[in-house]
Amino acid sequence: MKKHLLVVLMIVSLVMSTALFAAGSKEAAAEKEVYFLNFKPEIADVYETKIAPAFEAETGIKLKVVTAASGTYAQTLKSEIAKSNPPVIFQTNGPVGMKESKGYSADLTNTGFYKILSDKSMALTDEGKVLAVPYAVEGYGIIYNDAIMRKYFALSSKAVSINSADEIRNFATLKAVVEDMTKHKSELGIQGVFASTSLSAGNQWRWQTHLVNVPLHFELRDANIAAGSKVPEIKFTYSANMKNIWDLYLNNSTTAVGLLGSKSVDDSMAEFALGQAAMVQNGNWGASQILGVKGNKVADADIKFLPIYTGIAGEEKSGLNVGTENYLCINSNASAEQQAMADQFLTWLFSSDTGKQFVKNDLMFITPFNTFKDDELPTDPLAKEVIRWMNQPGVTSVPWAFSVIPSEEWKNQFGAALAEYSVEKKTWAQVESVAVEAWKTEYALTN
Amino acid sequence: MQKSIQKYFALFALPGLLCFAIAFLVPMVMGVVLSFFKFSTVTDGTFIGLENYRRIFINNDFTSALWFTIQFTIVSVITINLGAFFLALLLTREIKGTNLFRTIFFMPNLIGGIVLGWIWQVIINGVLLKSGVTIVSDPKYGFWGLVVLMNWQNIGYMMVIYIAGIQNIPHDLIEAAQIDGAGKITMLKSVILPSIMPSITICSFLTLTNGFKLFDQNLALTAGDPGKQTEMLALNIFNTFYGRTGFEGVGQAKAVLFTILVALIALTQLRLTRSKEVEA
Repeated sequence: MKKHLLVVLMIVSLVMSTALFAAGSKEAAAEKEVYFLNFKPEIADVYETKIAPAFEAETGIKLKVVTAASGTYAQTLKSEIAKSNPPVIFQTNGPVGMKESKGYSADLTNTGFYKILSDKSMALTDEGKVLAVPYAVEGYGIIYNDAIMRKYFALSSKAVSINSADEIRNFATLKAVVEDMTKHKSELGIQGVFASTSLSAGNQWRWQTHLVNVPLHFELRDANIAAGSKVPEIKFTYSANMKNIWDLYLNNSTTAVGLLGSKSVDDSMAEFALGQAAMVQNGNWGASQILGVKGNKVADADIKFLPIYTGIAGEEKSGLNVGTENYLCINSNASAEQQAMADQFLTWLFSSDTGKQFVKNDLMFITPFNTFKDDELPTDPLAKEVIRWMNQPGVTSVPWAFSVIPSEEWKNQFGAALAEYSVEKKTWAQVESVAVEAWKTEYALTN
Repeated sequence: MQKSIQKYFALFALPGLLCFAIAFLVPMVMGVVLSFFKFSTVTDGTFIGLENYRRIFINNDFTSALWFTIQFTIVSVITINLGAFFLALLLTREIKGTNLFRTIFFMPNLIGGIVLGWIWQVIINGVLLKSGVTIVSDPKYGFWGLVVLMNWQNIGYMMVIYIAGIQNIPHDLIEAAQIDGAGKITMLKSVILPSIMPSITICSFLTLTNGFKLFDQNLALTAGDPGKQTEMLALNIFNTFYGRTGFEGVGQAKAVLFTILVALIALTQLRLTRSKEVEA
């Protein structure tokens, strides 16, 4: 009899505990909370420690921020969105990412967040619906440390005739300067002109997406193809120019070519911050990685931008690569109330005084919203440089053409080919054919 | 007693069965079903029949990963089992400090695969630094790196199983063999090996399936670099599912094929080694 009692007790406790669990989860969902799946690990802290508490204090709405690890956003989103409490605000990277997420993206036409966008054409639309709104314009090029450059130009034995980094306006000059700097690297106190060309897994995006943008843009320009349109195949017309700059990076680096496979973007940025390298290819988002590095030796005023020159005719007139790959979407499967709260948060962040302070000082975004006045633009050295280049007379920014790349897989294959070229396992002709062939097959597979 | 066990069987098995169903059966059925669908999240999908299975072979990713996995598994099954058996022989000879050595050899098994992968990546890159290359410079570094890693991790574990097998051999059997004048080699071949056949079965089963479904170590050590040339099946499936827009169903189809393949190989191996087992 006692045994029976025990059994009954056990069953009852089991049932009760499940009932408790169920009740618990219901209660959590009833709370006012917006779940934001953040894309940028470098600013995850700002969202969690500064923005979320401030937003909750002003509106009583909790902001739950989850950040996907670097390079894993798509897969994190994919598994999070299928859960019972999915993210309400998520990010997409442009037309290609949009294809994946449009099944659950809400129409943003009537949101406050969309209304403050200055140039409405920047938003991503599908069948007349606004599905994604950009929130940050970014620029990238070659970041250089002007202190080291000045030191070089002051050398009596320098082999070039120009006297400041400002005068580097084409590939030929860049190459002459860089190669001569490599000869003088011990006098300059650097280990190499360029920071490591990071080729480890997940760290190839600076090359297979950003660097290839330059030849890609000029090819599309020559063929009169508008940005965002479908490109079934490329010829890689400016392949030789890509090789120019790629060889320059590899041969004048802080790290021996064979060892690049173990270097990450963080390594390169640290080398630049510590003054071991004079130049590094990256964008204004990297500011926090320079300024925030312990033992940072680069003065704010010395951090400057140079466009990526590759030897294409007329490149003197082109500036930094400016565009956006950061769009926010709202999950259409979330409740109407949650969608409204998501809009409330985004509008608050980009138009209230408190929100704008965070955007300017902590997130350091150059935003495309009309709520920001000139004195509210970010003040970090790289963002200022991007704005300076954007406004320079006679110079047009190179737009981000890489949004036409058919798939991530193309980038991976091209990145792998570049890595194999660097260790002499592939010739440049093979790299070129990977770029052209993979484009064709990937386009066919994804369209 | 027997009766009450029968009576409460369902009750006591319930928590276990429930966990098994939630964590194993349901996902498996869902997985098989989803392999016939085109989907982006696991809750929406349109039926497309065998299309996903056809798309597996549009490029040679899967077959080259399969080939790499087979090569790796053959090499690692042989090296791990030989190494483990050799250590087990040594450590059943009543040398001083046997227990200490057993513990030490077993310890690598307690470290997770991802951590091991990164540790060995640092070690191997450190060694290769002298010749100015890294583990991802050439697929053969990645291959042998994986072999070394898996040996280091698994030999201790398999050793414990072999030790248990060797210790279970009845003393009178060994004595009888010695009296009959069996030398060391005869002893090994005709007494020890046949008696520990059950251990060999279980160890070769474990190493074989471990080799086939290896994931964390592969991801942490090389992540498939250079250019997918060291990508094994499990990692290939993961990358297809998560890394390629529109390929979720294909990844799922690969996973189904993978399950069937591993099950077939493991069953064949079990039957083969089982038939050699003897009663002492």
